Amino acid sequence: MKGAGGVSRWVFSACMAVLVCGAAAAVRGADAELETLGVKSRKQLIRAVVAAGHRDDPAALPVLEALRERRLRVDETGRLYAIPPEGGAALSLTRGAGEPAGERSLRKPRLNNLVRRSLQPVIALLELHSDDREVRYAAAQQLGKYPREDLLEPIGRAQQRETDPATREALDLILAQLQLKSDDASVRLAAVERIADSGDLSLQPLLEELVALGDDGSFAEPDARVRSAAKAALGSFALEQWLVDAAKHLFYGLSLGSVLLLAALGLAITFGLMGVINMAHGEMLMLGAYATYSVQLLFQSYAPESLDYYLVAAVPLAFGVTALVGMLLERSVIRFLYGRPLETLLATWGISLILIQTVRLSFGAQNVTVANPTWLSGGFEILDGVVFPTSRIVIIFFAAAVVAFVWLIIQRTRLGLEVRAVTQNRSMAASLGISTDRVDTLTFGLGSGIAGLGGVALSQLGNVGPELGQAYIVDSFMVVVLGGVGKLAGTIVGALGLGVVNKFLEPVSGAVLGKIGVLVFLILFIQRRPEGIFAQRGRAAEQNGQS
Amino acid sequence: MTLRTLIASLAVVGVLGWLGAPAAQAAATKEPIKVGILHSLSGTMAISETSLRDVVLMMVEEQNKKGGVLGRKLEAVVVDPASNWPLFAEKARELIERDKVDVVFGCWTSVSRKSVLPVFEELNGLLLYPVQYEGEESSFNVFYTGAAPNQQAIPAVEYLMSEEGGGAKRWVLLGTDYVYPRTTNKILRHFLLSKGVAEKDIMETYTPFGHSDYQTIVADIKKFAASKPTAVVSTINGDSNVPFYKELGNQGVKAEDIPVVAFSVGEEELRGIDTTPLVGHLAAWNYFMSMDNSFNKEFVKQWEAYVKEHNLPGGSKRVTNDPMEAHYIGFKMWVQAVEQAGTPDVDAVRQALAGQVVAGPSGYSIKMDEKNHHLHKPVVIGEVNEDGQFDIVWQTDGPIRAQAWSPYIPDSADRVADWTYPWVCGNCKQGRFGGKPEVAAAAAP
Repeated sequence: MKGAGGVSRWVFSACMAVLVCGAAAAVRGADAELETLGVKSRKQLIRAVVAAGHRDDPAALPVLEALRERRLRVDETGRLYAIPPEGGAALSLTRGAGEPAGERSLRKPRLNNLVRRSLQPVIALLELHSDDREVRYAAAQQLGKYPREDLLEPIGRAQQRETDPATREALDLILAQLQLKSDDASVRLAAVERIADSGDLSLQPLLEELVALGDDGSFAEPDARVRSAAKAALGSFALEQWLVDAAKHLFYGLSLGSVLLLAALGLAITFGLMGVINMAHGEMLMLGAYATYSVQLLFQSYAPESLDYYLVAAVPLAFGVTALVGMLLERSVIRFLYGRPLETLLATWGISLILIQTVRLSFGAQNVTVANPTWLSGGFEILDGVVFPTSRIVIIFFAAAVVAFVWLIIQRTRLGLEVRAVTQNRSMAASLGISTDRVDTLTFGLGSGIAGLGGVALSQLGNVGPELGQAYIVDSFMVVVLGGVGKLAGTIVGALGLGVVNKFLEPVSGAVLGKIGVLVFLILFIQRRPEGIFAQRGRAAEQNGQS
Repeated sequence: MTLRTLIASLAVVGVLGWLGAPAAQAAATKEPIKVGILHSLSGTMAISETSLRDVVLMMVEEQNKKGGVLGRKLEAVVVDPASNWPLFAEKARELIERDKVDVVFGCWTSVSRKSVLPVFEELNGLLLYPVQYEGEESSFNVFYTGAAPNQQAIPAVEYLMSEEGGGAKRWVLLGTDYVYPRTTNKILRHFLLSKGVAEKDIMETYTPFGHSDYQTIVADIKKFAASKPTAVVSTINGDSNVPFYKELGNQGVKAEDIPVVAFSVGEEELRGIDTTPLVGHLAAWNYFMSMDNSFNKEFVKQWEAYVKEHNLPGGSKRVTNDPMEAHYIGFKMWVQAVEQAGTPDVDAVRQALAGQVVAGPSGYSIKMDEKNHHLHKPVVIGEVNEDGQFDIVWQTDGPIRAQAWSPYIPDSADRVADWTYPWVCGNCKQGRFGGKPEVAAAAAP
C-alpha cells in the first residue's frame, strides 16, 4: 500500500515537473498541482486524481467536481476553467480565478468509467473537510460504498479529526472494511469484530468472502480465528437479513401491485361494472401517457422554469383527454353493441388498432422521451443496502389516491349512485327515471379517464410508444378477472395480491418462471371459480359481487 | 415512401440520366436489376427496421445516379413483412418467385432470419443480413454483414476484464428470454469459464418479453456486486431497456460502480428515450455514428442529405447506426461483385462476393471473408453520453474474422463454415467436394 502511494507520488511529481517546465514559469505551485488535472491522457488523469486524494487538499474540490460533472474545460496553456452548474460562460479556476475564458479555444477532458471511479472516492474524501456535518456524513457514506485501499491513510486522518459521532463511526467502518485485506491476522480479526458490531447488512458479502472456499479448495481466509469470528457475525446477521428481505419483497410487491392496479382500475369500471370487453383499454393508458408527453412539451416551450411540475398539470389533462375519447367511443360505437360480447370484443380491438395507428402517424413510430422530474428520481435507502426508489413510492401513493377518487365517485356522488343502480338492474333504474344512456356514457368516460391516470404513472416507469398499451392489456384483464368482475375491491386485492406473489416468487424461481407460476395459479383459480370470468353486466355481475 | 412514389422518383432519375448522359440511354432500355428489401415497416420491429429500408433506398438512388450497375438501372422492390415471422417467409418467396429480385437486403430478428432461411435455400436466393446475431448458423445463400459473437460479445467482455475496462471479476449475464440472449450467454459462459472465472461468480438471469419491473433484479445485482468488481452484460431486448436503466438510476447504481455493456442499444434505440440514466454505460458495436474519419463523415453526410431531400419523418434527429453501416457495406460489396461477375446471377455473385473489400465508415477496409460468408469487422466500445451518442473508449487494433460456429460451445467447436468453391459445407464437420451445392443435406443436423 505504502509502495503504491510512493509510486504515484513519484509519478505525480514527474508530471508536475513536465508541466512546470513546459508551461510558463509564472504558474504558482498550488495552481500547477491543480493543473495536472488538465492532462490529455486518461491514464495520467487517473494518476493526477489519485495524487489529489493523497494531497488531501480541499482546494482541488471545485476542479474535481467540475470534472465529474463534465463542466471542466482546459485551454492550450493548461489553465483550467469550469462552466458554472447553472450554465453560462466558462470561468477560470486556476491562475486568477473567476476570469472568463473569452475567445480561447477550450478542450473538454475525456472521461471514462475508470476516471469516474477514481474521482468518486477522492471527491468524497475532500468533502470530509467540509464544515457542514451533513456533507461530511454523506461523504463518509459515499466512501463506504466502494472503499479504495490506497486511500487508507487519508481516511484514517479524517477519522482522527472527525467530531461528529455518526460520521466518525461510518469512517471507522470503512477502515474496518479496508483492514480486512491487511496482512496482519489480528488486524483482520479486529476488523471483523467491528463489522459484526455495526450490524450493517450491506457488509455481509465481505464476511461471506472470508468463510468461502477458494478455487483450490482452501479457505480464502487463512486464519481460523478470523473465520470463526466471521461465521459468528454472519449467524447474527441471518435473522435481520431475513426480515429485511421480507420487507424488501413486500415493498417491491406492493409497488408492482400498485402499477397493476393503476393499469387495471379503469378496466374494472368499463369491463367490471359495465361488462364491455374493452380491448381498447390499453390504448387509453397509452393516450394518458401521450397526454403526459404533450404537457411536458408544452412546459418545455412555455414554462421551462417550472418543468419539474409538469406532472401535476398532466394528471387532470390526461384524465380529461382520455375520458373524452372514451365517451366519444361509447357514443359512436360501443352503445350499439351492449349485450353482444363477441362483437364488442372485435369492435374494441379494431378501435385499439385505429388508435395505435393514429398515434403512430401523428407522433411517429419512435418512442418519445418522457423525462422523470428531479423530485421523482433517486430513492431512499430505508434499510441497509435496500433502496426504495422515489418514483415507486410516489406511484404507490398515487394509486391509493386514484382508488380513493374512484371510491368517492361511486359511493358518494349522484353519478355513482346511478351507476350502481344501472349495473344492478337496468330496466328498473330506467323506469325510475334514470337516463341509462347518459349514465353508460359517463361511466365509460370515467373508466377511460382512470385508465388515462394509469398512463401518467406508466409514462414514468417505462417507454412511451404507440404500443405501450399492448403490454398491459393482458395483465389488466388478469387482475380484473382474478379480483372478481364487477367488484372494485376485488380489483384492488387482486392487483396487490398478484404483485406480492410475483415478487416473492421471483427471487426463488427467476422472472420468467415467476410469471409462469402466477399464470398457472390464475388458471387454477379460474377453474375453481369460473363464474367470475365472462360475467355479464346487470344481475350476473351483481351475483358475482355478492358471492 | 410508398412503392408508387419510389417508382416515380426512379423514373425521374432515369429521365434526368437520359437528358444528362447519352451513355445512360442504353441503360434505360435494358431490364433493370431488381433489389429486394425485406424489412418490417409496421409492427413492433418497425422502430428499428424502417431506417434499414431507407438506407438501402439511399444506396439504390445513389447507384442509379452513377448510371446503375453493368449499364442497367437498379430497381428497389420494397415489401412489408409487418414484424410477423411467418409473413417474412411468404414475402421472401414473393420477392424471389414473383418479382424475380437478384438480391435481398433484409431481416432483423433471428426468428425472422430463421423463417426465411429455407425459402432462400430452396429457391437459391441471395440474402444480406445486417444485424449482429448469435452465430451458430451458416448458409450457402446468406451473407452475414452483422457481427458474430466473437466480433461483439467476446471482445466486450475481454475489455471489461482488462484493467482499463475496470477489471471485472464477477459477471451478470442478463437477457430477454429468447434465442439470441440464450445462445450468446451460453458462449459467454463457456468463454468466462475458460478464462478462469468461477461458476459462483457468474449470475445468469432472464426476463420475459416486455418485462418492465426490474426492482428485484437490480437489487440482486447490487448484492451480487458488493464484494468484487462486477460488470453486467445485457442482452435485454427492445423496450425493456428503459425500465432497466431507470431502475439502475433510481437504486443509485452508477456506471462507474457496475458498468452495463449492452449489445442491442444503439443510436437509433437511444433516439426515443431520456438518456440521463444511461450516461456512462457501455455498448459494443462495430460502428458508431460518432466515429471520426473521412469515410464516416461521408456516410453521415450522405444520409443526412437523403433524409432532408426525401423529407423522412424524424428529420434532423435521424441517426446512423451499426446495422445501417452493415447494409451500406453490404450494398457496396454486392455492386462490386455484380460488376466483377458481369452478371447479377446469384451463383456468380456469390462467388464474386467472397473476398470483396470496401472502405467502411468504421475507418477500416472491411473484407468479406473468402470462406465463411461473414465480414471481418473491428470491435468498438462506446460510452453513452448526454446527447444520445457514444464516446468511443476502446477499439480493437483491426478487423476481426468472424467465427460462425463458436469454439466455446462444445457442440459446434469442430464445425466448419467454408463455402469456398467447389467446397460446399457450412454445417458439417468435414468439408465435402461437390460441383452442385447440397444445401438441404448440409443444413440438416
